[in-house]
Amino acid sequence: MSKVLLKVSGVSKSFGHVQALKDVNFELNEGEVLGLVGDNGAGKSTFIKILSGVHRKDKGEIIFDGDTVDFSSPSESIEAGFETVYQDLALAPDLPIYSNMFLGREMLRKGILGKLGFVDKDGMRKSVEKNIKKLKATLNHVDQEVGTLSGGQRQSVAITRAVIWGKKVIIMDEPTAALGVEESAKVLEIVKELKQHGITVIFISHTMPHVLEVSDKICVLRLGFTVANLNAAETTYEEVVEYITGARSQIEG
Amino acid sequence: MSDIKEFSPAKRRMYMLLSEYWIVLVFLLIYGIFIILEPLCFSLPFLSSTLNYMTEILILGVGVMFVVITAGIDLSIGPVEGAVGVGAALTMRSLVPVVGVPLAITAGVIVGILMGMVIGLLNGLIVTKMKLAPFIATLGMSVILTGSGYIFNNGLEVVGLPKVLARLGNMQFFGFIGTTTIVAWTVWLIFGIILKHTRFGVITYAYGSNPESTARAGINVDRHLIKVFMISSTLAALSGVLLIFRFNTGSPIAGANVTLYAIASCIIGGTSVLGGRGKMIGTLIGAAIISILVTGLVMLGVQTYWQQVATGLIIIFSVYADQLRQRNAFM
Ligand SMILES: Nc1ncnc2c1ncn2[C@@H]1O[C@H](COP(=O)(O)OP(=O)(O)OP(=O)(O)O)[C@@H](O)[C@H]1O
Ligand SMILES: [Mg+2]
Repeated sequence: MSKVLLKVSGVSKSFGHVQALKDVNFELNEGEVLGLVGDNGAGKSTFIKILSGVHRKDKGEIIFDGDTVDFSSPSESIEAGFETVYQDLALAPDLPIYSNMFLGREMLRKGILGKLGFVDKDGMRKSVEKNIKKLKATLNHVDQEVGTLSGGQRQSVAITRAVIWGKKVIIMDEPTAALGVEESAKVLEIVKELKQHGITVIFISHTMPHVLEVSDKICVLRLGFTVANLNAAETTYEEVVEYITGARSQIEG
Repeated sequence: MSDIKEFSPAKRRMYMLLSEYWIVLVFLLIYGIFIILEPLCFSLPFLSSTLNYMTEILILGVGVMFVVITAGIDLSIGPVEGAVGVGAALTMRSLVPVVGVPLAITAGVIVGILMGMVIGLLNGLIVTKMKLAPFIATLGMSVILTGSGYIFNNGLEVVGLPKVLARLGNMQFFGFIGTTTIVAWTVWLIFGIILKHTRFGVITYAYGSNPESTARAGINVDRHLIKVFMISSTLAALSGVLLIFRFNTGSPIAGANVTLYAIASCIIGGTSVLGGRGKMIGTLIGAAIISILVTGLVMLGVQTYWQQVATGLIIIFSVYADQLRQRNAFM
């Protein structure tokens, strides 16, 4: 029924002497949610940065939408349809909320001014206000500088930005890390809603109940290896934790 | 709903206004003191000479401000003036007999501006491709340029340029606004609009605020940074060309002292050396403060070295005040 959107096989990556990724594998269908889990330093962020064009893989193959891809820059990944909420959020603290949301794809004025690169600040403000309302994000004023926001609010900005622009795949690297109970629940709702709109999500978190709640599939990384690919409906909290800690493994050695 | 510290709106606005524009008060204070000490400071000729003096610092300041906003620095702007001054003047002088005065002048101006663009391109490439810190890259470039300025004409000023240059360069409009003043303020206005209202400006602030985030937003940050360095050098070149018009010579020592004043003008005006912040109006006021210190002290008959002492104090004082302001804003 649904087609394979993303197939990752044998991906590895090292930084000098540190081999962050050794062998990452999984397969994901369109509109599915993948929970990507693993202990600190397992390689989750490194892996998604390969998908988002920040890092280049050393070996392995990534097939996206039927094509082999190897993004050499974030813009290639974005163009292909990936949006990423980075663990460090990747915001510009001196810029207002609305500028951050439109960073790199500023709305331009109509006519000759637009051709000269004049930005349409009011247009951007209105659009961001609308989306903040739609996503029920706890952000008061679109002109507020991101550097003055609370940690959770900053996370909201990054998530909202990804959702606004998300075309095919949205990657969220620990999107609920700085969020309270209520806000976390909102993010989980957003993930479910994205899924309903046919958007594929890669969801990284250390909070297993969250992962189990939203994921269709779970990929467990340990020391740079994929040690398990699980069907979320058929696994349990305990089983996932055993894979994460190394008490169990689907691979040899 | 919110966890930002709330001031009452009126108090907040007052505080904002004051923290944004206190530097204007500093200017008025300095000017006021000069007027009290020497009433002749309150006159059109004084204003005119201050405006005139200010043009060089202002043009350089506007250009280097773009670099400072990216959290970089361009130490080569003064030496660009010198090298371009000699290069453009030599071009003019050698072409006058061949193509006549108007074309020779035009060619000199074009050569000067092109020199600025190429120097900026080189600075940008050294920073983005060789990955040297802007401080090192432009320090090296400034030494190279200073040497080149001397080599071009054996260390001598280029004299014997067409007299029409000085006539064009020293025209007065409305009795007190000089040609170079008009050019400088136009540059200030245009680049102020670019900084505030265009995509280029937004990306400049974003880069200074967080270069990695800006790159991850899909922006080609290397190319942007190169353009920023080109703005700085090209405006320095323009300033070098204007000096030829003003003094009718091309001097290799032009720009020997102005680099730091230009940088100081943005910093006094509130541009953060940490990047990401700064307003064009601030740079204008910063340049005005530095300039009026010179012309005012000259008027009082005080040694102009005192102006350097005063400028230094104002740099330290203004950045300190700005830090206090930032600390408050982020609490
Ligand atoms: N740019 C880099 N240079 C050198 N080593 C790196 C770099 N990025 C990541 N690493 C290393 O790669 C390994 C995997 O890091 P990564 O950030 O991918 O882990 P993670 O699974 O996201 O962990 P966490 O849950 O703590 O976010 C770590 O050992 C880390 O030190
Ligand atoms: Mg991580």
